[in-house]
Amino acid sequence: MPVIVAENISKKYIIDHQRKSGAPSLRDIVTEKVDKLFSRKQGNSDFAEKEEFWALRDVNFSIDQGDRIGIVGHNGAGKSTLLKILSRITEPTTGQIKIDGRIASLLEVGTGFHPELTGRENIFLNGAILGMAKSEIRQSFDAIVDFAGVEKFLDTPVKRYSSGMYVRLGFAIAAHLNPEILIVDEVLAVGDTEFQKKCLGKMRDVSESGRTLLFVSHNLTAIQALCNKSFYFEKGMLIDQGETTHIVTNYLSKVSHKTLEKHWDNIDNAPGNDQVRVKRFKLFPEYQDDLNHIDVRTPINFQFEFWNLVEGASLNLSMHLYTFTGECIFNVGTQAETFSKGLVSGVCEIPGHFLNDGSYVVSMMIVKDTSTVLYNMEEALIFDIEDYRENVTWYGKWPGYIRPQLNFSIRQTEHVVND
Amino acid sequence: MASQHSITIKAGGSEKDYWKDLWLNRQLLWILSKRDISVRYKQTLLGVAWSVLRPIMTMTVMVFVFSYLAKVKSDPGVPYPLMVLSGLTIWTFFSNTFTQISSSILINSNLVSKVYFPRLLMPLSSIAVGFVDFLITFGIFLIMTIFFRQPISWHIVFLPCFILLTFITSLGFGLFFAALNVRFRDIGQLIPFLVQVGMYAVPVAYSSTLAQGTWFEKYYNLNPLVGIIDGFRWCLLGDKAYFNPQSLYSTTIISFVILILSLIYFRKKENTFVDHI
Repeated sequence: MPVIVAENISKKYIIDHQRKSGAPSLRDIVTEKVDKLFSRKQGNSDFAEKEEFWALRDVNFSIDQGDRIGIVGHNGAGKSTLLKILSRITEPTTGQIKIDGRIASLLEVGTGFHPELTGRENIFLNGAILGMAKSEIRQSFDAIVDFAGVEKFLDTPVKRYSSGMYVRLGFAIAAHLNPEILIVDEVLAVGDTEFQKKCLGKMRDVSESGRTLLFVSHNLTAIQALCNKSFYFEKGMLIDQGETTHIVTNYLSKVSHKTLEKHWDNIDNAPGNDQVRVKRFKLFPEYQDDLNHIDVRTPINFQFEFWNLVEGASLNLSMHLYTFTGECIFNVGTQAETFSKGLVSGVCEIPGHFLNDGSYVVSMMIVKDTSTVLYNMEEALIFDIEDYRENVTWYGKWPGYIRPQLNFSIRQTEHVVND
Repeated sequence: MASQHSITIKAGGSEKDYWKDLWLNRQLLWILSKRDISVRYKQTLLGVAWSVLRPIMTMTVMVFVFSYLAKVKSDPGVPYPLMVLSGLTIWTFFSNTFTQISSSILINSNLVSKVYFPRLLMPLSSIAVGFVDFLITFGIFLIMTIFFRQPISWHIVFLPCFILLTFITSLGFGLFFAALNVRFRDIGQLIPFLVQVGMYAVPVAYSSTLAQGTWFEKYYNLNPLVGIIDGFRWCLLGDKAYFNPQSLYSTTIISFVILILSLIYFRKKENTFVDHI
């Protein structure tokens, strides 16, 4: 029996190219109207600055009770818009969705937590925001506290919590929602491995008890572990649906492989904003000229160049390295330094004998005052590492994301002499 | 089991169950109100004392400026400080709730973009803080009447009507500005100014008798706050305080019309709030 039926869902946004950011001020609207008046008099309309953008286009699907649906696709493919429409946060421009059952959506961990309130107060606040009745919260209160492991800090304001505790408490409340349909958006990206496992387990419990789950994640491993069916979105359209293994393979094969260099020569159309613009991302292996085969022994240099457009800006770079299935391996940052206008270049070296064979994705953030992300280039570079083995007789896939060469040796410490 | 919760999502389709949803979410209204009250004075030295100090200090300044320096007269038989404080009590209730409601959507923007509930809950819950302040100021007023040996009039039985009218008026003005504030952040700049100027346009520091017989009297009486403040004072101080019962009609009609228009506007805009935040 289908619990969600979506017919011809589309969502249109109007992008205003004139506006830099945020809501328009009254002045913008007035100048716009005045401009319009004059340009009409002159008979030309160079006022085509507004552009329509379809975040979703003609999406149709039906989800049965007990289905666990994974939603995959690139950034900007429309996944989050779909979840927002399903959670009734925004309305579709056309089409309709029929939903049968109590729906709860978890688009963020700890929505509405107030930093000044204690853990206990926030459990009731957040629970109510997510749609739980007070009696339900009271009933599962102990279970929530236990799941989050925050007994000792129940009467401490959450602003004193560590980020891990904060996330654990947020998820624990959501996990005890008991809706018939649960919508989850990329919440596993936060929290430690132990906790991620707990969350995945909890989500599996939810689906095994006959409830329906919709799960968006960049982490394909998690989707494969959790979901029986998947949707694949591209540019706002649902282009494929079916068994998860089939969809994930399809997705991986379609994703553009290997981006070893990106560069923009013209500052005007380079990605960025009025503070920084990207000039070049590049990687090159140290020992080899052949970019197509980087093997595990080779140190790799990453070079990042960007234009700084603000005099005296204090900037640093922060680089994330992900596996191709979306798991973060590490994050490194440079020291912050003050720069004058002009080109800034950063280099990071990953030593040889460090990464395992496989595909990796690099994202790069330009950060101001070590706190504000000025620009984040996701999937800046994509590269493959190839296997190289010597002195082994085993050729299976080496386990693990990294394959470091460590000081690890064996020696004989005792000789038993047989008479 | 499932059928009780079946919904249909489509453009402009949330109309049907809106008021039912609002009722179902009444617990959330209560919890959001409680949140606003309990975080109000966190990390302040004086805490709740602020709610006591503020009206007393404002009253003292106004008594000094208007009564002592400018020689403004109160209605015969009413001590000037009591006249100011009664006006101030209800005006502050209005201006506080009006200000809170106007910014309620933006303040809760993290909720707007992450979870659904009838958006009307946010302006409604932001009334609580203003109401608590009102009760405190009202308590100070009662203590002051003992000090001035001024008996409380039996008219006090009508007091809830005027409180309700204040509430309706502040919601009426506030909802409109709350919805507009999401689109135009200018509103955030405008509101403190409106409140500041507004205090002189209504009979807080002076008596409405001053407006009697002037050319602007009929415009003056169109302001629903004029009728509300005069009426509030009349409830507490009795017939000595000037109150024109005729003004009650226009006050009631105008505040209800404003509320209904604002509600329509708010409802029309609320589904797209998230796209502008």
